Order: sequence, then C-alpha cells, then structure tokens
Amino acid sequence: MKCHHCDSQATVHLTQIINGQMHKMDLCEACAQEKGVTNPDNLSIGNLLDENPSKVDASTASMTCESCGTTHQDFKKGGRLGCEACYHVFRPVLEPLLDGMHAGVKHFGKVPSRSVKKKSDDDSEELLNKELKKAVEEENYEKAAKLRDRLKKLQAKSSASA
Amino acid sequence: MFHDLFFSKSKSKVPKPCPIALSTRVRLARNLSEFPFPGRAESGQKKAVLSKCMSALGKVKPLLSSTSVELDELSELDRQILVEKHLISLELSQSEESGGVVLSNDRACSVMVNEEDHLRIQVLANGLDFSKVWKLADSLDSGIESSLDYAFDSQLGFLTACPTNLGTGMRASVMMHLPGLVMSKNMDKVINAVNHLGIAVRGLFGEGSDASGSIFQISNQQTLGESESAILERLEMTLENIVHQERLAREKLSEDDGLRLTDKISRAVGSLKTSYLIQSSEAMDHLSLIRLAADFGYLPEKFRALADRMFIEVQPGHVQLSAGKPIEPGERDRLRAETLRKEFLRMPQLNLNAQVD
Repeated sequence: MKCHHCDSQATVHLTQIINGQMHKMDLCEACAQEKGVTNPDNLSIGNLLDENPSKVDASTASMTCESCGTTHQDFKKGGRLGCEACYHVFRPVLEPLLDGMHAGVKHFGKVPSRSVKKKSDDDSEELLNKELKKAVEEENYEKAAKLRDRLKKLQAKSSASA
Repeated sequence: MFHDLFFSKSKSKVPKPCPIALSTRVRLARNLSEFPFPGRAESGQKKAVLSKCMSALGKVKPLLSSTSVELDELSELDRQILVEKHLISLELSQSEESGGVVLSNDRACSVMVNEEDHLRIQVLANGLDFSKVWKLADSLDSGIESSLDYAFDSQLGFLTACPTNLGTGMRASVMMHLPGLVMSKNMDKVINAVNHLGIAVRGLFGEGSDASGSIFQISNQQTLGESESAILERLEMTLENIVHQERLAREKLSEDDGLRLTDKISRAVGSLKTSYLIQSSEAMDHLSLIRLAADFGYLPEKFRALADRMFIEVQPGHVQLSAGKPIEPGERDRLRAETLRKEFLRMPQLNLNAQVD
C-alpha cells in the first residue's frame, strides 16, 4: 500500500470518523511523523482537516471569532482556540471533531458552583424580563410593578456579589 | 545447573506488593471567563491574568503555605530543575512572559499560570492513589473557583485552549516502572492495546520524551463525555491490568532466562560502581535494573528508594545544580558518574537466593 502523500510504503493506517463518516488514510512513517499522527498529543486537528478538504464547506472557511480574532485558518493550523467565545463560533466544525476525539460530546463531570449560580441568576433575570414585558403588553400594571421590584432586587444582589 | 538453583522458586520471587507504580498525578486545565486563552492574549491581558490568579491562589487552603514564583525571575537552570522535578511543564518553562507557578510547601500541589491554559492545577502523590489525589485536586479547584470565574459551558464543560482537554479538563496519570514488559519486548503490544481504550503512554517527561529507565507515564486521553470518577475508574482498571502483565513478564523472564536477567542486573551494578563518564539515559537504564533487583529482593529495600531519588538526580539540570553552575554535557557526564560511584559504593552483593512473599 502506498502513502497518501508520497510513493513510499504506507505503514501507518489512520481511521477517522468525521460527521459520522469513516475516512481511512494510509501514510508512510515520515509523512505520519510530519503530520503528528504518531504522537496523539501533538496531533493537530487542523492538519488532519487539511486532508479532508471536502469535509469543510466554504461557509466555515471564513469563520472568525470577533471576540479574540481567531480565524478558522488559525484553528486549523494550531489546533487551539483563542477564547471562550471561539467555542460558539467554531461549534459547527468542532462538534464532529469532538465526536472522534472523546468518549462523548456532552460534559458529565464537575460543574463549578459559581458559574451555575450565575447562570441560574441570568436565567431568572431573563425570565422575569420576559414576564414583565408580557405583563406590560397585557396592561396588567399591578403584576408588572411586582415583577419590576423582583427584577431590581435580583440585579442589586448580583451586582453586590460581583 | 547453578542458575536453576537461583531461579527454581522464581514465582515466589516476584514480590506481591510490587511498587510498579511510582507516582500518581491529576492535572486540571481551567481558564478565566473574561480573558482570551494565553496563546491569544496580549501582554497586558496575560499580566492581568497572572496577578488575578496569583492573588486568588494564595488564599486557597492547600496553598496557604506555599511558594509563588514568576517565571521571569528564574534562571534557565532553575526552570529546568522544576521540570525535572515534575513541578512545572516544559511548555511553562519556555514561557516568555507572565508565566507563574505556586507550589505548596509539601510539593504535593502545583498550580501553573499562563501555560497553555490560564490555570493548570496539579496534585502529585507517591504510589498509586487516585482517590486521594483527585480529592485534593477537586477541593483545590473548588477553592480557586470560589474567587475566580471559570470559562464553563453546560454542554461542553470546562473550556480549554485545546479541544483535547475539553470537558473535565482532567488528565490523570501514573508513572510506572515496567522493565519486565520492556525486556520481554511486550511494551508495544501494551501501548497498542491501551491506546484503543483511550489511554496514552508516554516517557518519563511526558510528550515526546523517550522511555529511558523503562519508566512510562500512562494517562487518560479523553476528557469529555464521562465524569471524572468514570475516567479514573477506567484508567485504574487498565493500570491494574498493566501491573498484572508486568508481574507475569517478570516471572517469565526469571523462569525462562534467569541467568541473563542476573547478568543484566549485575552489569548495571558494575557500571554504577565503576563508570567515569555516564549519560543520563544510560544511568537511568542501570537504575531501572537496581529498582528491579530491589523488587526481586536481590537488594535491600532502601536501594529502590535510592534508585528513585537518583532517577531525578542524574537529570542534566540536577547535575548542574550539584555543580552549583551551568556546565557542559561532557563535564556533566563526569560529575554524574562520580556521584553515582559515591552513592553506590556500599552496595552489597546481590542476594540471589532472596525469598520475597
């Protein structure tokens, strides 16, 4: 069997599952080394993506994280993301990769207590806002006043704890 | 034949509580929510992360009695020594700006700042003890989180610079001494088998390091999709299996090729006692055999501890530390050999009739 990149004998056989489809690639020792295939920790996801250009459609090529400036090219090259927001921006290209990389795509481990509290506060703030808007629309001013008071209390609490 | 006498009871010669596992480590990768990850952060942002983290870390219980160091303050040699002691990573040691580390005074906990992620929380213990190490890492992490906002997503877990650490952000590893599997040429099979279980095998100094001294770092590869306890359980089961395979390999070596094994150990003793120039990888291979001899009961227990200590002392940074200054590789080889000759001068004859239960 010949190497995918050169005519040498292929000794490394890589199987990847991307978007639920299996892709096989045969590489010689030298090309495998160059691509980082022999050391799973240095395996650049980007390098491998390069070998499957058809799997990255044109719409993802221009992706850029507005928060930190990381581009899809940066991620392909270095295999690293730049910030929290990158995980939202690059989610479409990331998800199929995670599937092949990990035991699952959903977190089942520890949940930090602060972020949970913050999230539930955010959620209830959002919920109260929605209810308030609805009450105003329905001209139920008594309910709206109560909701506004609850919202104010919640905001005061969160700004005090921050 | 005379060596049959030595090895006829070989099965009982492999000690049951064989300390094949040298040390256990759990490392958690964490990032602060409001800053870009270190690889993308600007100089000012990295500085802000460093000062924020350093002040938060000093208040956490396991780090109340600790030493905080900014990498800029350290010489190249100091950095190398911390790497050799496994207290910081090679990546942090090469940090050009705003890298930091907080080390608990008992050296059990180390938290790196501005490595690949903002925080790398690491807990180390001797032997194989995941429950103790995880418990401490978990409480240290919770303590830090009580004053810092982590980058966390309810679907993806802890967000890390590299998606290979995503989710739990946890890398658990055990340093194992596997001379039986190396000598019987079974290590490749073991590596292949465990790779299929999502478990990685590396050399003593992690990524890219060789397997001098038959010491391997065995760790989980996957961090997302399972809880920390499920990951640790699976890793522990695999490690128990490896310990079992190592024991079998040792038994088989001493049964089938006992004379060669004795010869190897004896030559290692000779080299350590008589060398005048020795490189670190050669020294580690000899030390590995001293450790094995202690496991077989051929040498008193204290020589295992001596071998473990020397594994670190023969590293290039530590040799220079004992010289008190940076020195060239050739001079290091001379000094390393001198230290080993002194340390092993009083090594007794191998007790080949040793009975170990």
